Amino acid sequence: MILTTLKRITRTGFVNFWRNGFLSFAAIVVITLSLCAFGAILFTGAFGRSMLADVKDKVDINVYFALSAPETDMLALQKDLNHLPEVASTTYTSRDAALATFKAKWQSNALIMQGLDEIGSNPFPASLNIKAIDPGKYGGIANFIQNKNPTAGDGTPIIEKINYEQNKRIIDRLSKIIPAVEQTGIAIAIILVIVAMIVVWNTIRLVIFTAKDEISVMKLVGASNTYVRGPLVVSGIIYGIVSALITLILMAALAYWGDTIVLRLAGVEVASDFELVVNVLSTYFVRNFTQIFVIIMGAGILLGGISSYIAARKYLKI
Amino acid sequence: MIYYDKVSKKYPDSSVALDNVSFGVEPKEFITIVGPSGAGKTTLMKMLIAEEWPSEGAVFFESANIHRLSKKEMIKLRRRIGTVFQDYRLIPNKTIYENIAFAMEASGRTDREVASDVPHVLELVDLGHKIWNFPKELSGGERQRVAIARAIVTQPDIIIADEPTGNLDPTNTYEIIRILRKINELGTTVLLTTHNKGVVDTIGGRIITMDKGKVIKDDKNGKYIL
Repeated sequence: MILTTLKRITRTGFVNFWRNGFLSFAAIVVITLSLCAFGAILFTGAFGRSMLADVKDKVDINVYFALSAPETDMLALQKDLNHLPEVASTTYTSRDAALATFKAKWQSNALIMQGLDEIGSNPFPASLNIKAIDPGKYGGIANFIQNKNPTAGDGTPIIEKINYEQNKRIIDRLSKIIPAVEQTGIAIAIILVIVAMIVVWNTIRLVIFTAKDEISVMKLVGASNTYVRGPLVVSGIIYGIVSALITLILMAALAYWGDTIVLRLAGVEVASDFELVVNVLSTYFVRNFTQIFVIIMGAGILLGGISSYIAARKYLKI
Repeated sequence: MIYYDKVSKKYPDSSVALDNVSFGVEPKEFITIVGPSGAGKTTLMKMLIAEEWPSEGAVFFESANIHRLSKKEMIKLRRRIGTVFQDYRLIPNKTIYENIAFAMEASGRTDREVASDVPHVLELVDLGHKIWNFPKELSGGERQRVAIARAIVTQPDIIIADEPTGNLDPTNTYEIIRILRKINELGTTVLLTTHNKGVVDTIGGRIITMDKGKVIKDDKNGKYIL
């Protein structure tokens, strides 16, 4: 009996969906737009996170050592720093490596190479590049190094300078901006989602309003509430599923072509150098496809189904 | 079978639709309720399927107060009453077959019953050939016959027909009345409202005359007099 009812409700839901062509189309358009808002939020989030990660990655501090500092002391400092919980990574660059990098960079510039030759000895100090797990942690790390102020065997400090003070301003600003950007993003997302839900809810209400006479007839013929409401909810769920599929296709298209288009608009010639930047969205889309699918499909089904369920209530009271 | 006990219906704007109406209906009766528009005929019918609620008094169906029934009992009651409306009230996006099948499916009949009974009942109202049409493709008389088919397909104990001929020409009117009488002869109680004198005179039988919310005449073998 329950199976028969379920079968009949589902079948009627499908038939109504098909026969109410224009209304179904309108509902699908509105739900699709709302789901696109969801999708846009997901993408903006992913893009923003990738950009922020990029910027965060560029923030660092360098410790420049005295030219005479013994390598063992410098490596000891690196080891100490690696033990700090705030430190994400450290990279030691020896004097020879610094020189090699410089030469490689300027090898085509005869003037600079000539100047270097005239100096004779290697003018580059060894350095230690430090990255923190969070831009806010650099102050603590810089303090740690200054307090420690390691010295060589003869008592001279091995550290020539720390470029923290120069980076301090940008670091401070970033550690304020990044959380602010994230919070604003979430706030905008919530507003967008609420607006989308209200619009969908109103559209579904309109769809069901046009069926209110049928609902009353069904009730007067002796149909139970479930029997009247069931097909409406099924139609609502179909709207959701169709809209979700359209949205996913649109998102895939955007992920595939979107980055390229954005860069073109920004006047950047797309070259293989930009591959990392270019593929932010498509990588995100492919990697998190299951999650995105569940979110979009779930949101579509819930929006369509629950709106229909609630909207029908008003007309079931007869 | 049905008893209206001192039923009154007053609307908030203090207009009176029904004023202290009492009468009973016996099984297998064919009752015609006549009276001018606004006499309260439709309100009386709507009370029976709890589409309207009385301000005072009560309506009983086999000793159960209709307006005190639980939701489930109400659904069961409505399945025992077939309703025909003046404006047909067919479901526009369902075919004729589906309109009638719906009433059967709603009352929990099996698919096999639906498949055998629907064509049968459409033959009965002479619409077997329009089974896959939509309501908008049918004439008024045809639509009303579909509505009657829908009302009788669940084999209800009682048919209430509220001005079923109100929108129809004389030929179709006669046809509808003929079908209703046939249904009555097969053992179903029929409650019919009309303000059409011609209809009343063809039917004969018990006639209740109403005016301004009151029963002014209840005649076992009456004529329409106003």
